[in-house]
Amino acid sequence: MSTVLEMRGITKAFPGVLANDQIDLKLNEGEVLALLGENGAGKSTLMNILYGLYTSDEGEIYIRGSKVDIQDPSDAIDLGVGMVHQHFMLVPVLTVTENVMLGNEPIRNGLLLDRKKSAGKIKEISEQYQLDVDPESYIKDLPVGVQQRVEIIKLLYREADILILDEPTAVLTPQEIEEFFKIIRTLLEDGKSIIFITHKLNEVMEIADQIAVLRMGRKVGTAVPSETTEKELASMMVGREVVLQIEKPPSKPEDKVLEVHDLEAMDDRGNKAVGGVDFDVREGEILGIAGVQGNGQTELVQVLTGLRKPLGGQVMINGKEMTGASPRKILDAQVAHVPEDRQQDGLVLSFPVSDNLVLNTYAKSPFTKGFTMQDEVIRQTARERVKEFDVRTPGVMIPVGNLSGGNQQKVIVAREFSRPIKLLIAAQPTRGLDVGSIEYIHERLIEKRDDGTAILLVSTELEEIMSLSDRIAVMYEGEILDILPAEDVTREELGLLMAGVKKEEN
Amino acid sequence: MTAISTQKTKKRNWFTREKVYGILFLGVGLFIAFVFAGGTESGLMTTFGLTPPRSDSLSVPDLVFPSQASLYVFSIICIFFGGWQLARGFKKVNIGLTVVALVFVVAFLAWAARGGSLNVTSLMANALLRATPIALAGLSGVLCERAAVINIAIEGMMLSSAFSSTVAASVAGNVWEWSRVFTLAFGLAMGLLTGALLGFLLAVLAVRYKVDQIVAGTAINIFSTGITSFMVSRILVEFQNLNQTPIFQKFPIPVLSKIPILGTVFFNQNLLFYLMFVVIAVIHIMLFYTRWGLRTRAVGEHPKAADTLGVRVYFNRYVNTTLGGMVAGLGGSFLILGSVGRFDEVMTAGKGFIGLAAMIFGKWMPIGTFGAASIFGFADSLQTKLAILNVPIPSQFLLMAPYLITIVVLAGVIGEATPPAADGQPYVKE
Repeated sequence: MSTVLEMRGITKAFPGVLANDQIDLKLNEGEVLALLGENGAGKSTLMNILYGLYTSDEGEIYIRGSKVDIQDPSDAIDLGVGMVHQHFMLVPVLTVTENVMLGNEPIRNGLLLDRKKSAGKIKEISEQYQLDVDPESYIKDLPVGVQQRVEIIKLLYREADILILDEPTAVLTPQEIEEFFKIIRTLLEDGKSIIFITHKLNEVMEIADQIAVLRMGRKVGTAVPSETTEKELASMMVGREVVLQIEKPPSKPEDKVLEVHDLEAMDDRGNKAVGGVDFDVREGEILGIAGVQGNGQTELVQVLTGLRKPLGGQVMINGKEMTGASPRKILDAQVAHVPEDRQQDGLVLSFPVSDNLVLNTYAKSPFTKGFTMQDEVIRQTARERVKEFDVRTPGVMIPVGNLSGGNQQKVIVAREFSRPIKLLIAAQPTRGLDVGSIEYIHERLIEKRDDGTAILLVSTELEEIMSLSDRIAVMYEGEILDILPAEDVTREELGLLMAGVKKEEN
Repeated sequence: MTAISTQKTKKRNWFTREKVYGILFLGVGLFIAFVFAGGTESGLMTTFGLTPPRSDSLSVPDLVFPSQASLYVFSIICIFFGGWQLARGFKKVNIGLTVVALVFVVAFLAWAARGGSLNVTSLMANALLRATPIALAGLSGVLCERAAVINIAIEGMMLSSAFSSTVAASVAGNVWEWSRVFTLAFGLAMGLLTGALLGFLLAVLAVRYKVDQIVAGTAINIFSTGITSFMVSRILVEFQNLNQTPIFQKFPIPVLSKIPILGTVFFNQNLLFYLMFVVIAVIHIMLFYTRWGLRTRAVGEHPKAADTLGVRVYFNRYVNTTLGGMVAGLGGSFLILGSVGRFDEVMTAGKGFIGLAAMIFGKWMPIGTFGAASIFGFADSLQTKLAILNVPIPSQFLLMAPYLITIVVLAGVIGEATPPAADGQPYVKE
């Protein structure tokens, strides 16, 4: 088996971080190389170097045995390297054809775009690889699964034979993932070679031929799926033993804390994003809301926390009417919120850790007396919280934006958990965190639940929902299709619901 | 509880944009009936002249009709549209709006010219001529913003270009005594060059140094106002022959200019006017049918996506902003060489900004921008005609017309205008 790509001694430093440190990598023809590692381990950096978006400080790249110099993406494209980015690189207001031909446009009459020729080629490719898309449709009208096919067509259109796929399954339902793996197998049969970036262990075990594990910018090991286990890979990724399945005692749900009836809300563009949902959350239980990203979860959480006006329906918290109440009023009703986008909505990045720890209580005693904030009290409290919640920071006066993602999230958790709360609304609480931080946050959530807090957990990670929740609600296109007890639901059932397929009740 | 909140929602929903339009249409109808028709003595006739004096076109008879009776007819049309809108609603409310606005304008003209005569054809011809610099300003905006560079410096670019056109053409004509054609060409070239240079400057600030684009644009505007006013007071006041250029004369297009009405409006204007249509067509075709256009639109919407496909984002923005500056420069030169032939301090008088409004109204489309610019040009032209007609409206209010229309259009009519997604955001290559 011949080697199509070899990277030797790749090193790349960003200010303050060594993102890649002497990394060697080898990809064989017709194989899938899984690049496994936590967020921030340097996977994307390494691939961006290969694709010419970054230039490496040191190291050499060989493609089919000859040394190459990749300065920008067009060099990579010329060498047959193509990349599907984690965030799709598609222009929403252009058609599939326009997106695919961009940068490589056929021309007729010496000047005009030859859309027909492109569309024809796209049709051919989509037939050959069973990537069903309509070249005339606009990207903004297509579901994410189809958009991903367009991304793959973009690579094939440029006749790439080394395909880099950066976290391709993050936006897909379990069924779509199966479909996606089929596409990958067709590509392999056709002699393409694939680098598959992920942090999902089960996917690696299923699809990879070779595995390379990165941790903190270094390659810490290689493996083949037949000779390793998920547990082994996880400890390689994290650098220590990890608990993959969290232990939790059965829940003891009591009074209803949050009741939602027929709630409706619009998204920013004025389309109905939440279309009449009903559910409740009780003391001492975790209600998980599963669903593919963009099915109204964001808007639902915004309405519940007072950040978005509802269109209709009712929200009751602790038996009190809270429909359309202000965020302050909701905070005062002992509701805590871990927002989906922690940098945008959870923290003021340029403020010190200490101030961020009192964003919800700064106006109350003992942090404020009369008109003035009590800086000394705030700092002293911050020092205690930092210790208690194990926030790794050089000091409490450091801007919170300088901390790592995991530690930023711990600051939010410390702030939200440090006052008496009845209801916790946690949206994507572990997104983008390393395994260690995820473990920590999960333990804290269970702990809060056992203290009698009602918890609404919104997550697009099915694993997270399944391991933490007591009941699971599945959201699809703004509606809750079903609410199921967590102990006897299967991954497949949830996957079908996430794709909008509701079982006929016979 | 649920019932109450649903009711609340319904109450709020009744007062929609559609209903507001219906009421507005009714109001317009009543206004025409009471103010225009009511203020007109019966028996007066309105004359709409259709063939301007000294015109090339074949003549058509003037339109003469009773003022008051016609105003009542216009009023009934508007009231009917208002009632229909309230009761049934138009599928596309903008169609109703367009009709009512047109009827209102015609009614207004019929009222203003009651017992007298107004030459409608020359009004239209003048409107388009006045729309030309506004349209060019708008096209400059289209070029820049399609590549996501906000250009609020159009005003300044036009002003500087107008100045350099003036000086260049004056020097060539009066000092070097070049022939007319070369003088005009030289003045135009210098205007374009000035615009291009300022466009390039904006690109350097916005693309290379990632300066806030509003700040950079404002700086160019202030710089242009300052330097041209200074030069006027220091140089042009003293050397009058540096502020005197020939202008592009009317150039009737053979045959076409003979068509009644249309011939006068479209085919009996100066060369710069025709050039504007060429610019519109070229930009439209380039944007939507060529490689450059596809890349520009991608760069304006999602520069990173373009970058990952090997499109040179910075290069594209440099080119577009420089070309945009050049088109603004053409607009500036038009104010001199296509119009008055001499430079006055701050003579652009907000045309660059009105051009930006036209661009937004025209949804960042070249042809739409021209359409919107014609509306502004019409308001501008109307204001001068009415001053002659002795309309009982203070002249200061008439002078406000173009700006008032700009405000109304921007605030009320446009609704949702979506700029290119990356508009105004510098692209940071990692």
